[in-house]
Amino acid sequence: MSTRLKSGGRLIDRSRKIGFTFNGKRLQGYEGDSLAAALLANDQVLMGRSFKYHRPRGVVASGVEEPNALMGIGKDHRFEPNQRATLQELYDGLVSESQNHWPTLDADIGAVNMLMSRFFPAGFYYKTFMAPRAAWKHLFEPVIRKAAGLGKAPEVADADRYEYFYAYTDVLVIGAGMAGLKAAREAAEAGARVLLIEQTAHIGGRLLTDPVEIDGQSSDAWLEAERAALAAMDNVTIRTRMMGAGVYDHGYITAYERVADHVAAPDAPRHRLWRIRADRVITATGAIERPLSFAGNDVPGVMLAAAVRDYVALWGVSPGDRTVIVTNNDDAYRTAIALKQAGLEVPVILDARPAAIGALPRQARELGIRVEVGKGIASVKGGKRVKAVEICAQAGEGSTLETVECDAVAMSGGWSPVVHLWSHCGGKLRWDDAMAHFAPDADRPPTGHDGQGFVIAAGSAMGHLNAAAAMEDAQAAGRRAAAEAGFTPSEGAAPSVNVEDEEPLEAVWMMPAGAGPKLRAKAFLDYQNDVKVADVHLAAQEGFESVEHTKRYTTLGMATDQGKLSNINGLAVLADSLGAPIPAVGTTTFRPPYVPISMGSIAGEARGAIFKPLRKTPMDAWHDANGAHWEPVSDWRRPYTFLRSGESVEQAVTREIKNTRTNVGLLDASTLGKILVKGPDAGKFLDLIYTNMMSTLKVGRCRYGLMCTENGFLFDDGVVVRTGEDEFLCHTTSGGSDGVHAWMEEWLQTEWWDMQVYTANVTEQFAQVAVVGPKARHVLEALGGTDVSKEALSFMGFIDGELGGIPARIHRISFSGELSYEIAVPASYGQAFWDALMKAGEPHGIMPYGTEALHVMRAEKGFIMIGDETDGTVTPHDLALSWAVSKKKEDFIGKRAMERADLTRDNRKQLVGLATEDPATVLPDGAHAVEGKNVYGDPHTIGHVTSTYFSPTLERSIAMALIEGGSQRMGQTLSFPVSADKTIKATVVDPVFFDKDGERQNV
Amino acid sequence: MLKLTCPNCGVTGEETEFHPGGEAHLKRFGPGSSDDEFRDYLFQRVNPRGVHFERWRHQYGCGKWFHAARCTQTLEVFGTYTAQTSEIPQNIIDAIKSRRPDWEPEA
Amino acid sequence: MSDPVTGLKGAHFTGDISVTDAGLIGMISIRGDFNAPAFRNAVAAVTGHAVPETRAISGDATGGLAWMSPDELLYFCSYAEAPSKADALSDQLTGTHHMVAVISDARAVFRLSGAGVRDVLAKGAPVDLDPARMGAGEIRRTRLGQVAVAFWFAERDVVELVCFRSVAGFVMDWFEVTAHAGSEVGFHG
Repeated sequence: MSTRLKSGGRLIDRSRKIGFTFNGKRLQGYEGDSLAAALLANDQVLMGRSFKYHRPRGVVASGVEEPNALMGIGKDHRFEPNQRATLQELYDGLVSESQNHWPTLDADIGAVNMLMSRFFPAGFYYKTFMAPRAAWKHLFEPVIRKAAGLGKAPEVADADRYEYFYAYTDVLVIGAGMAGLKAAREAAEAGARVLLIEQTAHIGGRLLTDPVEIDGQSSDAWLEAERAALAAMDNVTIRTRMMGAGVYDHGYITAYERVADHVAAPDAPRHRLWRIRADRVITATGAIERPLSFAGNDVPGVMLAAAVRDYVALWGVSPGDRTVIVTNNDDAYRTAIALKQAGLEVPVILDARPAAIGALPRQARELGIRVEVGKGIASVKGGKRVKAVEICAQAGEGSTLETVECDAVAMSGGWSPVVHLWSHCGGKLRWDDAMAHFAPDADRPPTGHDGQGFVIAAGSAMGHLNAAAAMEDAQAAGRRAAAEAGFTPSEGAAPSVNVEDEEPLEAVWMMPAGAGPKLRAKAFLDYQNDVKVADVHLAAQEGFESVEHTKRYTTLGMATDQGKLSNINGLAVLADSLGAPIPAVGTTTFRPPYVPISMGSIAGEARGAIFKPLRKTPMDAWHDANGAHWEPVSDWRRPYTFLRSGESVEQAVTREIKNTRTNVGLLDASTLGKILVKGPDAGKFLDLIYTNMMSTLKVGRCRYGLMCTENGFLFDDGVVVRTGEDEFLCHTTSGGSDGVHAWMEEWLQTEWWDMQVYTANVTEQFAQVAVVGPKARHVLEALGGTDVSKEALSFMGFIDGELGGIPARIHRISFSGELSYEIAVPASYGQAFWDALMKAGEPHGIMPYGTEALHVMRAEKGFIMIGDETDGTVTPHDLALSWAVSKKKEDFIGKRAMERADLTRDNRKQLVGLATEDPATVLPDGAHAVEGKNVYGDPHTIGHVTSTYFSPTLERSIAMALIEGGSQRMGQTLSFPVSADKTIKATVVDPVFFDKDGERQNV
Repeated sequence: MLKLTCPNCGVTGEETEFHPGGEAHLKRFGPGSSDDEFRDYLFQRVNPRGVHFERWRHQYGCGKWFHAARCTQTLEVFGTYTAQTSEIPQNIIDAIKSRRPDWEPEA
Repeated sequence: MSDPVTGLKGAHFTGDISVTDAGLIGMISIRGDFNAPAFRNAVAAVTGHAVPETRAISGDATGGLAWMSPDELLYFCSYAEAPSKADALSDQLTGTHHMVAVISDARAVFRLSGAGVRDVLAKGAPVDLDPARMGAGEIRRTRLGQVAVAFWFAERDVVELVCFRSVAGFVMDWFEVTAHAGSEVGFHG
């Protein structure tokens, strides 16, 4: 059984007991435990079920590479699935549950999948679920969805906070093991700003489990001295629980800080996603041990050899009482020695090599441990946990020589450097045949903004698995990084590291070498996705030669561990099947993040109220308090209508329109863009920007203008006000102010930089209110301060003055056809001005109105709206606005394009008004008009509805549409099929539905 | 994600502060140009694998446009320079040639 | 006449740092040719500040002059005197190509204070905030999360930050999340 040892466990505090639950069962651990360690301490070896076959699975590893022990952690608003038990630090009250089983972990119905496994070969889904098509929706998909997937998705909103953090440093060191600490120290001593990050809660890396002697002292003493030295330096920051997630262009690195995953109910944000810019990055990310591929290598209790001694050394937990070691290298002997020293039994070490003559095997033998060379495991016996192993000759086909009872197996297939971060941004790898692994190719690093390599791999991440070599390499890496970042590193020899020499490993990709199909079908490569050696063989047989294709066909390495354990073994098996050398087959692409990160951290703080910027006008609070039914208009929110109690939205809109047309209405128009254009060449410049002539506008007057792109298509419109001889104020649409301002600046800076023109976006300087309706003048007169009579302020004129004591620019312009004043006051007076208007207008029946009333009233007048009547393919001519396109000007943006053949066609889609045959029927927005048949025999679309409303003023429906050759279709009746059995008929009419002669505003 | 230095304000900022503006040194063709000239001005872009001249605006900074010489393959930035020029400055050409000896500016 | 109000309406928040509405502040955008003596003299005469070097700010939001771009300055004065200062600038600059625009109402000004102020800004601004690289006297225009801002250090742990008026509430909400008590980072000394 797995159990807590009487002593040992350097990370736990035995005086502090912690209670937690697993699948509802109350268990106890110690402070400092990982969830995986605490479960093992409670003899909970079975930790989950596999994804495809629902095989029982236990923990394999002790760190980020863990493929099996995925848990749902937390509950309700703090529940998150698929968390690695090896990374989850224990806290009081932690709630955990295993995944991928039904009804219970112990008795799972899906396990029948394994009995069917010969029917679930590689590419099963591709091969099986081809036809019939209907079966997908009703049969295949529902079944697959129920069976597939890892943990349950959370059902309620996440209670935690998340955030980003931008950090700049000269040298970023990822990994605070021996190499990372040494490299950081070297770079820091040279004067560089150093940020050292460590994914676990502890610095020290493998030294915590596998101590060595450094400069004659214990590695613990060395670690403490390094930690203290770094902590004392102002230019060094050390952060733990922070994982280097991704390396991107130009020294950009994301790092994932798990700020509060180890706390029950944190005050702090749960995760913080760091966005780091570093001149140089040192990846001291260590190496990951590889499993061996033998039948039953996934039975709970089969673990990586180094993980087994981690559990003993770090948490005082023994994975089993009798542990068989199986290896192809010397390092795994350390596990045998550690177990023996902890008083546990090691019945045998199976070494696949023909001889084991190194220092570590010698030590093991001296401890009395039986060592069998040239041997391996034919098969592991046991279901929910290991019961025995059958020993065979590694060279043979797997005949059992002996059965050894045990309850755990510690396996080691050698080590692979963690090259992920090196590779993310293009760093290349080289195959090291002696070590049987890929390591960074120092001559081909990822390059930065200056074309120079910016990532340096150090220590075992560089392939230096010997601690003495790793120390030297790390020192050199730290110095090089500092030098390349512009600092002067010190010189001198690296600390001497006294560590046992190891004999070479022997690559073992299948155990035994001659294993037949039966054993290969039980030898797992990818534990999480249940990919076996047999699957990769099959893929190779079926012609999958590219490792990338094999990956997708078999799903090898596509699980949430992204093949940290399986990739090298998998591609070695593929290479073997193809008869090609491993480097010729190559690796799949390493992509960020290194370990899955939370969606919350990716969103950062941008949730809820600050999901995206919301722009508010100065009168926003008043609107909100007075029934505003909001509508988003670009980033602004604007009242669609002001609801009164008991009213529907439609009733409110109708009331607002009728009141505005009868009495007086008030519109918050502050969102309209306002751009100041000033300079000796301002008129000349605006003549180029607008399609119509602006230089002839008289001071004190307003003119409606259109702006086109170079393609000749309309993209913004608005009223231009000439405020001075060399100064104009250009109004834009609400959504267009930033874009139009940028557009003007782009032309001024990049094309016409000789022009003397300055612009300023003054949109938000002003609160703008439209006072609209027959009684508008009475309201302004009641406020007093400026003569707004017909004589003093004629249509399309403006005056600078004041109203009710507030400085105001009063424009007489109209978007509704009514007598209308648009008044701009300093934004800080906006609410006061609004209040004054409401008060002064009370005797006149003043009411605020929203954007929908605005839309209906402009449509009644046939005024176009950018974004309704335009979609980026519409010219002013298409909209019958040719009057606003100058024929006199030599040039303006869009003029040349309007001469292109396609823009002069007479059957272009052109603006028309529509009157439905039934006045009560309102056409749906976007409804298509059809006529005849197209080449496919389907109805031919000749255009679509762009604006459509019920007009309370005219008491009938009105609409505008863009119709092929529309200008020649006056009086025609068009068909709008709106559903299978309903077609609306409408007649083409003049789009100006109301007050065609403009008498209402001319008062 | 790129790191660029705005020649107008001197800030070295990350890509999110900037707004890309496509190929630089395009010659505008307006009224009087042929259909082919106008088509090329509107739509034809060089899209090279290698050295590319492009326009950027320091959108969240000083608001000014500038030009950058950049390798589209390695993302190496050879230099940034003023937008108020129709010619590639000699120091930029030199910087590119020091890194890409075989490269020649287009005639 | 009614009293003017800021976009923030006096809002304040205290978490890891303190965030307050700096109140009504006069702001004038001035554009012109920085190399022209006439421009430099006019600006100095009216504002009392010499044209600052690139990305520099002279003074602060209670009275100061900031470099915004190679042809744009931002002048800070009292809210009440902004229109007359703008008129004075226009008068002095008559005959030279220039633009003077009062934008006091178009912006919101925050005052941030507390030892963690650099860390809080670093949650949204992609800027090297190491005190050795971003100190007093420099104005940095950048983004804070998703919105444009400019900020500078008025004192050691005091930052003044300007954003557009329409997003003032959004920025305050942003600080309430990122400076929520217990969110300290401890990166910037």
